[in-house]
Amino acid sequence: MKPTNIQDPEYFHKVVDCQYACPAHTPVPEYIRMIAAERYTDAYMVNWESNVFPGILGRTCDRPCEPACRRGRIEEEPVAICRLKRVAADNKEEVRHLMPAIPEKKNGKKIALIGGGPASLTVARDLAPLGYEIHLYDEWDKGGGMMRTQIPAFRLPESVLDEEVGYILDMGIHTHFNTYVESMKKILEKDYDAIFVGTGAPQGRDLNLPGRQEAGANIHIGINWLASVAFGHTTKIGRRVIILGGGNTAMDCCRTSRRLGGDEVKVVVRSPFKDMKASSWEIQDAKREDIPIMNNLPPKEFVVEKGKLKGIVFGKVAAIYDENGKRSLVPTGEPDVFIEADDVIIAIGQDNAFPWVERDLGIKFGKWDLPVVDKTTFQSTLDRVFFGGDAAFGPENVITAVAHGHQAAVSIDLFCRGESVYNRPSPYTNLVSQKMGIHEWSYDSPVVVDKRYLVPHAEKQVALSNRKVEVELGFDPPTGFKEAQRCLNCDVQTVFNTSRCIECDACMDVCPTSCITFTTNGEEEDLRARLLAPANNVTQDLYVSENLPTGRVMVKDEDVCLHCGLCAERCPTAAWDMQKYLYQVTKATPIWNISEPSTI
Amino acid sequence: MTYIKPLFRHPELPKNKIGYAKSDYEGAISTLCAGCGHDSISAAIVHACYELSIEPHRLAKLSGIGCSSKTPTYFLSNSHGFNAVHGRMPSIATGANMANRGLIYLGVSGDGDSASIGMGQFVHAIRRNVNMVYIVMNNGCYGLTKGQNSATADIGSLSKGGAENHYPAIDLVGLALELGATFVGRSFSGDKTQLVPLIKAAMSHPGFALLDVVSPCVTFNNKPESTKSYDYVRAHLEATATIDFVPEKEEITVNYPEGKSAHVKLHDGSVIHLQKLAPNWNPTDRHSAVNRLQEAKMKNEVLTGLLYIDPDSQEMHELENTVEQPLNTLREAELCPGSEALEKINASFR
Repeated sequence: MKPTNIQDPEYFHKVVDCQYACPAHTPVPEYIRMIAAERYTDAYMVNWESNVFPGILGRTCDRPCEPACRRGRIEEEPVAICRLKRVAADNKEEVRHLMPAIPEKKNGKKIALIGGGPASLTVARDLAPLGYEIHLYDEWDKGGGMMRTQIPAFRLPESVLDEEVGYILDMGIHTHFNTYVESMKKILEKDYDAIFVGTGAPQGRDLNLPGRQEAGANIHIGINWLASVAFGHTTKIGRRVIILGGGNTAMDCCRTSRRLGGDEVKVVVRSPFKDMKASSWEIQDAKREDIPIMNNLPPKEFVVEKGKLKGIVFGKVAAIYDENGKRSLVPTGEPDVFIEADDVIIAIGQDNAFPWVERDLGIKFGKWDLPVVDKTTFQSTLDRVFFGGDAAFGPENVITAVAHGHQAAVSIDLFCRGESVYNRPSPYTNLVSQKMGIHEWSYDSPVVVDKRYLVPHAEKQVALSNRKVEVELGFDPPTGFKEAQRCLNCDVQTVFNTSRCIECDACMDVCPTSCITFTTNGEEEDLRARLLAPANNVTQDLYVSENLPTGRVMVKDEDVCLHCGLCAERCPTAAWDMQKYLYQVTKATPIWNISEPSTI
Repeated sequence: MTYIKPLFRHPELPKNKIGYAKSDYEGAISTLCAGCGHDSISAAIVHACYELSIEPHRLAKLSGIGCSSKTPTYFLSNSHGFNAVHGRMPSIATGANMANRGLIYLGVSGDGDSASIGMGQFVHAIRRNVNMVYIVMNNGCYGLTKGQNSATADIGSLSKGGAENHYPAIDLVGLALELGATFVGRSFSGDKTQLVPLIKAAMSHPGFALLDVVSPCVTFNNKPESTKSYDYVRAHLEATATIDFVPEKEEITVNYPEGKSAHVKLHDGSVIHLQKLAPNWNPTDRHSAVNRLQEAKMKNEVLTGLLYIDPDSQEMHELENTVEQPLNTLREAELCPGSEALEKINASFR
């Protein structure tokens, strides 16, 4: 193999699995160390700079970082990254003075944001400090978009939402609430220099089965129903409720039903449990609230008697997979199942909808009626119109919307300055030695063996009695500290200097997880099989040195490195060093250099 | 600050025949200097014991005093251990072996412990052909007392302070050959591909097996002008042969080319394969080993590998004709069979 090019900013970025997996690339280990040091405000700001909504995401994020966490490959459970974020948000002090100042004198450019959700708000946050005049349109009377309408208050208290949305709206954003934009053409006719569309995926899917029309009064579309609950328009539901669907919206619907009078709430999915789209922890939370989940039952018809819904008839199927892994649901031939219900909530997915974008404006639409959007620049085929969040490529999640927002803001800023939107600045990177002494590092290098800590929950009776009582209580600071110590500090990189190595093998001998091997070079596949411990996880890179004097090379399998620093401690010539790698995604506003805590 | 070795190990670490991973043969984290050759030898011992599927409770590690003699703490935590007085490890090993021949004895010593204060003990353990592996971690200096030249330092070798050594070196390998040792090898801490099979072969040899392992002292004796430094040894390394050890009942899967290889069969059925033999050298001929060693010395080579093995070695218990059963397990009935038995013995002399 060729020597690894550690000058490539993505090489060490990839080693920080959590950060690499995060769509917004939040520097996770950096803020976890701050939490351990009780620097909650700093930890909050590291998050805020990157993901804009630490308090919201600390409760509701889809956490792509956690399945990626290296700890999950070494023991059973990853670090509770998401809930640690919340510790920072819960315990921070005043942060407004740390946020960028908004210039009184504007730069003369006007931007319209359509939709008030996470994508648009991120664009607003990144552009307002640069002096842009920003106009935000939303059909509801408050900002936040789906974070407000689709995430129930028992998972995300309104106060947290108001606070974090408020930080952005208070940057002098001109809000046009209760304004449903009906025509893109009319927006284009106004004098906006650029338009960002962050309207999400607002259309809940319906299920046209026999009886759907007759029982319409008791059949609800999941996301619409959740919005109606959030704004207080819906306050009750029947005693027996069936939720159709197996995603996170279905979990929110069933748990909300339990709080609005549903005593017998059942979730029914047409496929096997293991194919359910909901996050495992959301499924757990639903089960904890006595909600059974029934699988392999596709609905056949809504049974209506005297104009009133009685229940649903389900067929029974089994999932059969062909050699390509493609699934088909095959009826088992068993008799149908009838389940009684007073109300049914359909939560089987949601779609984009752009009835308000006229098709003759130069904005091209492609597959599934989605706009044609550049994956890097988020620019549409009409150069001053940009898309982001669910509106761009279909339903994802909040953190993805934030990531889109940052990139769209970079594009809009370049566009408004007359530069090419492809001329994007590089990410900010920094690599600094953490050596403090012979056996001393600036980070806690010993690896604790603690198992993942559980987040305490509110008492079930209390939680079910009021939809606004938050279920999860968050870690208290002492537990937060202990959970933070489980982090392996994967951003503290093992950096190898070939010219210093005397090939004493000390690093190879001491490495607790047998990551380092000195051997003759070869092709990657061959090398992976020849290492001290087999390197079977091909998603993790091999770090290969240049040729050493004996003709061998140093090969390090990054897979289960504990970042304990023992290789560097046992190295007599400091050929190994532990260096902290900071990677910050390119943003329109260079908010600050978070590696300089003295400025915080 | 560490000195705390994390408890996590590679989740896919392979297991040996008796179900142990290599990590099961580890010890406490080393407190020797970073980069010490001794740590590499410890790792090679761990590796060899893992590959030989040795049950840890069947091995006793013994040592004297010195940096080298600290190392038994850093490997085989689940084995027996005895840390003897300076230079007195051979007599402890001899006594232990006499009492219980059922264990594998691994003696670890240094150049000070063996070539100076313990020389008198060392030579007698060889002479008696005590069934043990005797590893000398040889760094040519007294590392624990700040690096004075030891008795194995070569003439002309420079110490850390730049002082030249004026006294001739004691060559432990040459001495052992002279004394009739039945297994003699030399290796280098920085060459595990050679050291591991050598340790495995030594452990399978019935009798005294000496491994003189050059092990650079990174702190006090690693100047390029020192003959025990990483640079010097690597530049002057000359191997008798590449070595491969195949334990008993294991299938031989490698094809060894004719002519340039030799096989030495041990008592227990294990085989040592040697490849790319040095000319005029036969591993089972003591005379050719001595000649080869002298030749290497003249050329300033550090000759490594298996130098000599006596496949017909008779260890101390065989020479003493002791019972098969370890003496420490003999009960009173067996040790004092009574006056009738005495009568029989006495009668045999009449």
